Amino acid sequence: MTLPPTGIRRELMKGNEAVCVGAIAAGCRFYYGYPITPQNDIPEYMSTHLPPIGGMFLQAESEIATINFLLGTSASGKRVMTSSSGPGISLMQEGLSYMAGSELPAVIVNISRSGPGLGGIAPSQGDYFQAVKCGGHGGYRMPVLAPHSVQEMYSLTMLAFDLADKYRNPAMILGDAIVGQMKEPFFPEPYLSTVPAEKPWALTGCAGRPRQYVKSLYLGENEIEAHNWKLHRKYRRMEEEVRFEPYHLEGAGIVIVAFGTAARVSKTAIQWARKEGYPVGMLRPITLFPFPSRAVDEAADRADIVLVIEMNTGQMLEDVRMSTRHHEKIRFLGKPCAMPTPEEIHQEIRRLAGEIAVRTGSVR
Amino acid sequence: MKGEAKGTFPGLVFKRPESLVDVRTHFCPGCHHGIAHRILAETIDHFHIRENTIGVACVGCSVFLYDYIDVDVAEAPHGRAPAVATGVKRAQPDKFVFTYQGDGDLAAIGTSEVIHAANRGENITVLFVNNTTYGMTGGQMAPTTMLGQKTATSPYGREFRNDGYPIRMAELIATLEGTAYSARVATSTPAQIRQAKESLKKAFGMQIREMGFSLVEFLSTCPTNWGMKPLDAQKRVLGEMSEYFPLGVYKERKQADFV
Repeated sequence: MTLPPTGIRRELMKGNEAVCVGAIAAGCRFYYGYPITPQNDIPEYMSTHLPPIGGMFLQAESEIATINFLLGTSASGKRVMTSSSGPGISLMQEGLSYMAGSELPAVIVNISRSGPGLGGIAPSQGDYFQAVKCGGHGGYRMPVLAPHSVQEMYSLTMLAFDLADKYRNPAMILGDAIVGQMKEPFFPEPYLSTVPAEKPWALTGCAGRPRQYVKSLYLGENEIEAHNWKLHRKYRRMEEEVRFEPYHLEGAGIVIVAFGTAARVSKTAIQWARKEGYPVGMLRPITLFPFPSRAVDEAADRADIVLVIEMNTGQMLEDVRMSTRHHEKIRFLGKPCAMPTPEEIHQEIRRLAGEIAVRTGSVR
Repeated sequence: MKGEAKGTFPGLVFKRPESLVDVRTHFCPGCHHGIAHRILAETIDHFHIRENTIGVACVGCSVFLYDYIDVDVAEAPHGRAPAVATGVKRAQPDKFVFTYQGDGDLAAIGTSEVIHAANRGENITVLFVNNTTYGMTGGQMAPTTMLGQKTATSPYGREFRNDGYPIRMAELIATLEGTAYSARVATSTPAQIRQAKESLKKAFGMQIREMGFSLVEFLSTCPTNWGMKPLDAQKRVLGEMSEYFPLGVYKERKQADFV
């Protein structure tokens, strides 16, 4: 853990609550949602804390209505957030596509659970594809941030608001039941805005200016093609937002690639393995879109083995494969619908170290 | 006015409303969207709220609202206009917010959104244009399609055992506690148009006085997809449509329930 910033009181909270504290610190005064496990702490916190500070909490009749409340409030130029879990996020895909097409910012938090279908309420990273590849129609992208601690649930939520406004695009926090429900101390560092507050495109009534609109329909000749290329250029610009944490990456023969809860658990296993002398490190993507492809490729270049660990049957794995040509080095440890234990990861590290030793003839 | 210069006629009594953009519309001959648009623009002018208004367009023939009404407009996904309007109104309660929706949009895919917006007493106004068909997609069966009516997807006529019955939205919305005003009007005669204006003024007034949700259903025509001449389409509205969808005020709140 980093050194405590001076003058900031440490808080003990659930990850889901830290999301709310971060959102309110970032100036979000509008929250809409619909109950679903395991994210109910978020609407419960917001319904308690927003009204006293002049904010708006509204429980919708469905996630479909929720995302459209967001669309309307975002079009009004206000910071707005919702949270849900897998099945609810599925219902929001239509609205997300419209918001991407209409270039409207908002923060969507997915405290994901296992699926497909009703699945279960156990933690899972099965929504990686839906979040990163974007599940709505038409082809669009959005920044996806993957916190692995309560501290990051707080700070990445603030970042998500800035990224959403900077690119006029929805941004997603992809957590899971563990990082949402676990309680640990964090420092609520003050929010420092990196984007201008003015939103001249917002619909505020056409007093003193021509009327304007927020829309995604383009029927004129070549209009939709030009709009698509414009959005594409924006998604390419987002690539400069790539964030990852190198964890004991220097000289690591075994490089774990994991995000969120899987990465958090991996840190413990890495500490154990390193004490035993195994040269293992981790590259933890913090942004899943944009994906840290170059860093993954460079790490794979130097490593003997790249071990992808996910709480699914291999989704980010595909992005790792696309990032590097060293496919023969890639291994996968999947634990769908459950948290892998440090013991399981530690055991896999030892097994892979043995594999390397046999291959290179350097038995330890 | 022989000899008089054009445009200087002293007794000008009929002109384009300020809130109506001076462009050609894409509407078919005999379609009533143009009339509803004009009534909407006149009502915005009447209350002097053009610069304080945000409209929400739905999906269908009415989506081009932003080209015709000179106010800020957000475009909603199909059926979601009342939810988008909720988001706008909650963020800007001092603004006037309306939606303009067709029958496929409001009474089929968006039933949930309109019912819950009404039930919350969401302080918005809904213009609901009912022409008993999906106009933009080529005249398929709508939830308001009349029994026996032939459409692109009910080629043998709507049959209740297969398709159920045409839904009466103005009556349904009137049953909800949050509704301040619900009425059905038509625009097929000058008298009906006058009545429609009065109804829309009442509905706007409800929002301006913060009385709650207001809805005006307009019985409209779609000569193109009905396969009728415009005059025959008018007769249909005045005849079988008005019989099944009776004109009238179904709810009018006299006093806000929060006082």
